[in-house]
Amino acid sequence: MIDGLATAIIVISLAAAAWTLVPAARDRPIGWSHLAALAVVELALLVQVVFAVVKLAGGEQPRELAVFIGYLVGSLIVLPIGGFLGAAERTRWGAVVAGVACLVVPVLVMRMQQIWQGTVG
Amino acid sequence: MAERARASRAISAGPGRALVFVYAVFTLAAGARSGVQIATRFDEAPLAYLLSALAAVIYLVATAALARDARRVAVAACAVELAGVLTVGTLSLADSAAFPDATVWSDYGAGYGFVPLVLPIIGLLWLRRTASATVGP
Repeated sequence: MIDGLATAIIVISLAAAAWTLVPAARDRPIGWSHLAALAVVELALLVQVVFAVVKLAGGEQPRELAVFIGYLVGSLIVLPIGGFLGAAERTRWGAVVAGVACLVVPVLVMRMQQIWQGTVG
Repeated sequence: MAERARASRAISAGPGRALVFVYAVFTLAAGARSGVQIATRFDEAPLAYLLSALAAVIYLVATAALARDARRVAVAACAVELAGVLTVGTLSLADSAAFPDATVWSDYGAGYGFVPLVLPIIGLLWLRRTASATVGP
C-alpha cells in the first residue's frame, strides 16, 4: 500500500471525526458541511482502492488476500452507511453516528497496512 | 442530564441510532472475518471459527432488533453476546490451544479495543433506560 496516502487518510478521517463531533458536543444534528467532510474521506478511500487494485493487478499481493479485499470493500461502505444514518437522525446522536463512522476509517486503514505489510516475497 | 428528559420511547432513536450503527459495523467485521476464516482454513481452528460465525449472527440479530425496536430480542441478543464475550474471553486465555486463531471475542475483544465487551453492556443499559422511560413519568 502507499504509506503516504494511508497516513493522509488517517489524518483526514480524524479531522472529519472531530468536525462531526462538534455538533454532537453542541447538541445539534449534522449539516451539509459534515456530510461534505465524510465525502472527502470517502473520496480519499476510493483513491486508495484504485491504487490497491492497480497494485494487486500488478502482481503485488498480501498473503491474506481475501481479508485484505474484505477490508478494502468495508472501507468503502462504512461512511455511506454512517452518513445516511447520521443524517437521518436529526439529533446530536446523528452526529455521533457520523463521528463514529469517521473513527472506524483509521482503524480499517491501519489494519489494511498491517495486512499489506505481511506480503510474502 | 438533559438527555434523560428527552429520552425517546423507541429504542432505535437517539443514542439507539448510534448503537445500531456500531452493531452494524461489528456485524460486518465479525461476519466478514468468520466468512474468510471458514472459507479458507476451517480445519485449522473449527471451534474458533464457528464461534466467530456465531458472534456474527448474534451481532446481526442485535442490530436488527435494535433497529426495529424489538426489545425482547434485543435484550436476549445483548445478553447472549455478553455471555459469549465473557466465556470466549476466559476460554481463550485459559486454553489458548483451542483458540489458535483469534475471534472477535478472544481475550475479551482486546483485538477490537474491548468494544465487544463494552457494547453489550451499553446495549443492556440503553434497553433498561428506554424501558423505564416508557413506564415512568
